[in-house]
Amino acid sequence: MNTTKKTREPLFHLIKRTNVPMWQAWLVRGVTVLAAFLLIGLMSFISLKINPFKVYSYMIKGAFGDSYRIMRLLRDLAILLLFALAVTPAFKMKFWNIGAEGQVLMGAYACMFCIFNLGGKINDTLLIFISLAAALVAGSIWAVIPALFKAKWNTNETLFTLMMNYVAIQIILYTIKIWVPGGTGVLTPTVYGNLPKIAGDNFWLSIIAALVMTAIMFVYLRFSKHGYEITVVGESENTARYIGINVKKVIIRTLLLSGLICGITGFLLVAGINHTVSSTTAGGRGFTAILVSWLAKFNPIFMIFTSFLVVFLAKGTDEVMTMSGITNSFFSQVVTGVMFLMIIGCEFFINYRVVFSRHIKKATVVAAVPVTEESAAAETLEAPVNDTQADASEKEDNV
Amino acid sequence: MEYVNAIEMKNITKTFGSVIANNKVNLDIRKGEILSVLGENGCGKTTLMNMLAGIYYPDEGQIFVNGEEVTIRSPKDAFNLKIGMVHQHFKLVDVFTAAQNIALGVKDNGLYSIKKIATEVREMGSRYGFKINPNKLIHEMSVSEKQTVEIIKVLFRGANILILDEPTAVLTPQEIKTLFAVLREMKKDGKSIVIITHKLNEVMEISDRVAVLRKGEHIATVETSETNEKALADMMVGKKLNLNIDRKEPVNPKPRLIIEHMTVKNRDGINAVDDVSFTVNGGEILGIAGISGNGQKELLEGIAGLQKVESGDIIFHNPKKDKPVTFFHKTLRKIKKMAAEGCFHDPEGRKINFDGYKNKEIVRLVNEEKVLFYEDEIIDLRHRTPREIQELGIKLSFVPEDRLNMGLVGNMSIIDNMALRSYRKGKSIFVNKKRPKNLADKIIDELEVVTPSDMTPVRRLSGGNVQKVLVGREISSSPKVLMAAYPVRGLDINSSYLIYNLLNQQKEKNVAVIFVGEDLDVLLALSDRLVVLSGGKVAGVVDARKVTKEEVGLLMLSNAKAEEAEAVKAELKKEGTVVPVEENNSEEVIAEEKEDKE
Repeated sequence: MNTTKKTREPLFHLIKRTNVPMWQAWLVRGVTVLAAFLLIGLMSFISLKINPFKVYSYMIKGAFGDSYRIMRLLRDLAILLLFALAVTPAFKMKFWNIGAEGQVLMGAYACMFCIFNLGGKINDTLLIFISLAAALVAGSIWAVIPALFKAKWNTNETLFTLMMNYVAIQIILYTIKIWVPGGTGVLTPTVYGNLPKIAGDNFWLSIIAALVMTAIMFVYLRFSKHGYEITVVGESENTARYIGINVKKVIIRTLLLSGLICGITGFLLVAGINHTVSSTTAGGRGFTAILVSWLAKFNPIFMIFTSFLVVFLAKGTDEVMTMSGITNSFFSQVVTGVMFLMIIGCEFFINYRVVFSRHIKKATVVAAVPVTEESAAAETLEAPVNDTQADASEKEDNV
Repeated sequence: MEYVNAIEMKNITKTFGSVIANNKVNLDIRKGEILSVLGENGCGKTTLMNMLAGIYYPDEGQIFVNGEEVTIRSPKDAFNLKIGMVHQHFKLVDVFTAAQNIALGVKDNGLYSIKKIATEVREMGSRYGFKINPNKLIHEMSVSEKQTVEIIKVLFRGANILILDEPTAVLTPQEIKTLFAVLREMKKDGKSIVIITHKLNEVMEISDRVAVLRKGEHIATVETSETNEKALADMMVGKKLNLNIDRKEPVNPKPRLIIEHMTVKNRDGINAVDDVSFTVNGGEILGIAGISGNGQKELLEGIAGLQKVESGDIIFHNPKKDKPVTFFHKTLRKIKKMAAEGCFHDPEGRKINFDGYKNKEIVRLVNEEKVLFYEDEIIDLRHRTPREIQELGIKLSFVPEDRLNMGLVGNMSIIDNMALRSYRKGKSIFVNKKRPKNLADKIIDELEVVTPSDMTPVRRLSGGNVQKVLVGREISSSPKVLMAAYPVRGLDINSSYLIYNLLNQQKEKNVAVIFVGEDLDVLLALSDRLVVLSGGKVAGVVDARKVTKEEVGLLMLSNAKAEEAEAVKAELKKEGTVVPVEENNSEEVIAEEKEDKE
């Protein structure tokens, strides 16, 4: 077995890259997204016999086709971004909060609770502020409970926050049953406590809120002392304790922040967009936000792009399916899957360089001729010395 | 006599990015010898050996095993060539027993019997003089037991060539003796052993030949019998070394930290520090000697507020006499209260008690630095938080076995790691990165930290450089008490002396330095006074200038277990000789285990 191995070089091996310039890494990512779109076009041509160019044009039309569609895109982008901003500080601390769904739902629920009970009885502006406060409190309670347990008894936050989602859903289902007699289970949109329209559209407020929050979160995580503490706790709890950071305090404080953002998101969803609440108000975005946050490497500015990509794909594939008469959601799922698989895969090539062995073999031959090799073989190896030297220097240049 | 080389490495070159880790290195390992690979931190020792173990693949060069050229693509290939490596960081499954860990990866038609493996492990243990219980869980084992499991794991897969990466770095002196005895047994059995190290005395003691690397280049391979420590050190660092530590008389030593009847329990609820009392003076280096694990860690962590102090007091004399009071730690109310107690005086030397002063006036006077301490401030640290203790100027530079787990954050840059100590300063909600950057650059420059830039994550640095960053940061914060535990562990000679000099400089700045060390020679040469710990108790406080190594050794053992005592006594009797492993030793262990089972 050894004898065959002796002469066989590895086909390729991986070299860890160090100091990849930022622009290069982003170039690779950009090219990957383009390649993913090409692949998506190719796949739809092969499997659905749709002209790829039509696919692209439908996608673009679905996302930017008219001002109504653009507004929808921006609105969904803003809301998804808010979800992602909410989970990010906790993630940076390696606190795997997968309960943004429930935290937003509780915010939305608290907001609706105020509107339902106080709507029409008090001044509408006052109602907006009361419902905002209620949403903030409810969202943060839902986030702080698992944080307290984590800090006090080191419970597993992933399971805890996940289960809290179902509690929130059940609370909403139960309350709607009481609010809406007759068993339809659908709460009709309310006219009270609605946020004012800006520029004739009631989505702008959410979009502006998302942008402002993004900027604040970026600065908070990157430059503030709190942000620094979050990073230290996330990287090494022992070190944090050693330099005197109160780890429990940081965990609770950070989750409080997460909860507050979730509360705002829930409030915007009810008072600004839906004017009602249901168990699907969050619509799974609490989980999609995890992907958005990870892909952006927890950088709020990059999250604008990653959430745009997610929303664009959703809107675009919807249009493709409508226009091509596809009635199941597989197309949308496959497209999203291909895109993210490629993006995650490209990280590998950013971190590692693949070197094929033929290249190395040539370079190493110059170094020494093994004694055990037959002289004939040695001669043939020695012959192209000039070429190999050239190769070797070329290789050095590449390195 | 003609030697057949077990391994020959020819013109091996390996680069990481722009850093050349190995440059055309030639090395051969003979059959049945112990070869030391010696070199400073980051000189490419480990990288070179990792290429034999299949962790890295060389960029250039060839490897021959038994005269045949081979390609080692993976650790599996290395095992097939009977090459095994024990890494510095153990790779064991914590919740498995020793035997289960050893069974992992052994392919025997997919079937194996843990019982059979356990028996074989015992046999192997008695052959080479290991003490091992195959049924013990890894997480219940000490560091040295884990290492034994790693070595047996490698032997079990039939390795003929063993590579040990810094095997002694985490061991106590007596454990090192045992390990060396085992290695000699293996050598007798015809195995080739490579030890990566930078400890000269161990090189002289154990190896047949020494290969010296410097900055990625192979300097020479010499017979151990034909060389000496001085010559090796010169080869290793490339320049003549001054092996003397400059120790000055303490100037005006005054009590800085008074420990009274301090008791700290460890995780198992046992008194790790037991009724300890001693005084540390400003302007001196107080050495703490003791076999490792005799309460040093708990003592320092207790002082730093990181461990609960069960009883006793830690009195800190803050050298504040004639220095202005500030609002940095004190509220206005506290200052007024202290003034009433007569703690302050004005620049003319009259006492102030702020009777009839308005708050505004007091704030103005304090801010103009016109309120001075009458005497040193006396603070009991026992119920203070780690942060308060730290801000009082008591700095702990603890170098744990896992350097990156406490004190530094591996994924953060050197600059950000500098900020760990200082980021709270100032009222701004933002972190000031300018000061940490200056500090990082200063430390890189002064301590000769080898790094691509100050933005490099510390986890990418070699062990010694990581340590320099840590010690440098702690010293930079102008402490009043500096506690350095094992600050030179894992450092090469040059870096060690750099650290000793830094500690001496601190001493001259009237800092109270507590130095916990392992090497008795260094402790005696560096410290002014020496506290000897034994079994968590103070066995004696001695003048380090007058005491002998033997006396300290005896003190170290006054409360120690009999087994440890013998090992150290033997060391004191005759330097450089080995304690022979008693032949019936291993058998006894087996017998004991059998009894356990029954």
